[in-house]
Amino acid sequence: MNNASTSSAPTTANATEAEAPVSPFPLHSSPFGPSSASGATVRAVNDEFHGDLLEISLGPHHPSTHGVFRMNAALDGEIVTKLKPVFGYLHRNHEKLGETNSYLANVPYTDRLDYLASLTNNWAYVHAVEKLAGITPTERCEYLRVILGELGRIINHVCLVGFLLNDLGTSFTPLLYSLRERERMLDLLEELTGARMMYNFFRFGGLRTDVSADWLARLKHYLEGLFARYLDEQDALLTGNEILLARTQGTGILKPDLAINAGFTGPGLRASGVDYDIRKVDKYSIYDRFDFRVPLGEHGDTYDRFMMRMLEMRESVKIILQAMRDLPDGPVNDPKAKSRGLRPKAGEAYGRIECPKGELGFYLISDGTPNPYRYRVRPPSFINLTILEDLCLGQTLADTIIILGSIDIVLGEVDR
Amino acid sequence: MLGLGILKGFYITAKNLVGSYFTTERLTTLEYPEVRAKLPPASRSFPFLVYDGDNPVDGLRCVACRICEKECPPQCIYIVPERDEKGKVMKKPRIFDIDYSVCMGCQICVEACPFDSIKMDNIYEIAVRNRYEPLLMHREQLSKPNTYFHEINPVDAIEVDTRLAEEKRKAEERAKAAAAAKAVAAAKAAAATPAAPADAAQTAKSAPAPAPAPTPAKPTTPETK
Repeated sequence: MNNASTSSAPTTANATEAEAPVSPFPLHSSPFGPSSASGATVRAVNDEFHGDLLEISLGPHHPSTHGVFRMNAALDGEIVTKLKPVFGYLHRNHEKLGETNSYLANVPYTDRLDYLASLTNNWAYVHAVEKLAGITPTERCEYLRVILGELGRIINHVCLVGFLLNDLGTSFTPLLYSLRERERMLDLLEELTGARMMYNFFRFGGLRTDVSADWLARLKHYLEGLFARYLDEQDALLTGNEILLARTQGTGILKPDLAINAGFTGPGLRASGVDYDIRKVDKYSIYDRFDFRVPLGEHGDTYDRFMMRMLEMRESVKIILQAMRDLPDGPVNDPKAKSRGLRPKAGEAYGRIECPKGELGFYLISDGTPNPYRYRVRPPSFINLTILEDLCLGQTLADTIIILGSIDIVLGEVDR
Repeated sequence: MLGLGILKGFYITAKNLVGSYFTTERLTTLEYPEVRAKLPPASRSFPFLVYDGDNPVDGLRCVACRICEKECPPQCIYIVPERDEKGKVMKKPRIFDIDYSVCMGCQICVEACPFDSIKMDNIYEIAVRNRYEPLLMHREQLSKPNTYFHEINPVDAIEVDTRLAEEKRKAEERAKAAAAAKAVAAAKAAAATPAAPADAAQTAKSAPAPAPAPTPAKPTTPETK
């Protein structure tokens, strides 16, 4: 066993896989095996590594994994030769709970899916239920939803930009600046909704409360003042920074074909140059009324994925300002559409929106009772994670951390 | 030029560092235990029960209708209505428990309550030493006066008060109108000689009119018999 050199490793690895397809990569065994086992059994378990590769388990509790997420990596020196994402540590039975809850009681639970962008989660679920029950939101409500949804996107991207740079290990400062801006936006949202993260603000056919003109004016003042300054500062601080360029350009390249085949969505897909944005493709809500651009990348590397977020924030600010300009008067809630005790007719619906991380969809089947018969979430984080191994193979371990960060996952959504 | 981006970065960070000493809008942190952020009126943490007047038990607005218990997503509310000595269900809770360790502060109970009796508190320093007992809040701990609600959320409190006063006024008007109608009917009955049909007309008219008092008595009487 010991004389199996690096060059012959791939062939023996294939051979062992063919013989014992049970688990080529034992997930819950220590690389050293059980303490009582002899050296021979340890070798048998980790046969692929042949002593030349190092098996390393990143997480589940590690600051770089953005939550309770574990990556089992095999390293040849510093190069990743194998990587398996392991998740399920945060599983909360969300979908089964959704089938026992009433339609309204699911709204606060959707806040907990992607806790960095709760507003868009609310919106996606409410959008699906409205499709199912045939409810049309009022005009003012649609505009306010766009404002809040885009604000949610900005908050998410601010976080991502900060944490991505933190993952680089180069700088803690951009994260602090990002969190400072996020806190300011959360202050505004707390004043409106009452909570800092779990807003529970969307209702079927409307919103929980109306937005005051004063609040909108302050949001506008903030976005045009401090936030614009933050974007410029962050641009000056990062986009031309040589360390950032050296670390991110050319790493973790995602080919457009692979991205499409894997169902990758969101800014990561657009960084590969695929022009697919549900706001433009599906034109849900009133997105056809706004003038905005969908930024596209060229190379699909980590740097492009980072830049997509920076550019999208500017586009989101544009959308919010347009929506504020056109905001009509009128009721936020349709008095006929009731949220409590909703019993949609038997049928099914799939509602999807472009959430900051990609396509977030809710699939609902109703059998006429007050709770859904089937409730299924299509979370972008989970599906984007499936190609983590393809992105990381051949990269160094340090780059793996940034690649994971640039995919932008939230474990609440991955495990549900 | 190589290194220009890094120099630019140094400039930005230096500007932020120095700027935080001069402009207050750049300085966003508070020295927490001594200085506290002012909470916005809408901010919510956990629910509490509102009572009017001075008595936290008799003044409770809650009528133990159990709608909040039914609507609560994590099912952290537990209600048992009070019964009088005959075993008749009364319109107030004997047990009203909320498990704060389960509650997720979603405010759905507040929206569901038709009597404005449950509202959101803004307390956040509720650390306790034991996980189970101390966070299970009972009726006594949950009951807080209406003045407290005015303190934490004056806008909503005034709105609720005016609405309740309006409802009360309408109910009184309805009761007055019903009483007047009753008097008219009685006068008519007195004018007409036969006594038996007058009685029937009187009961038929009075049954739907006066507000809540006689209605629950009707179904319970056959049961007790």
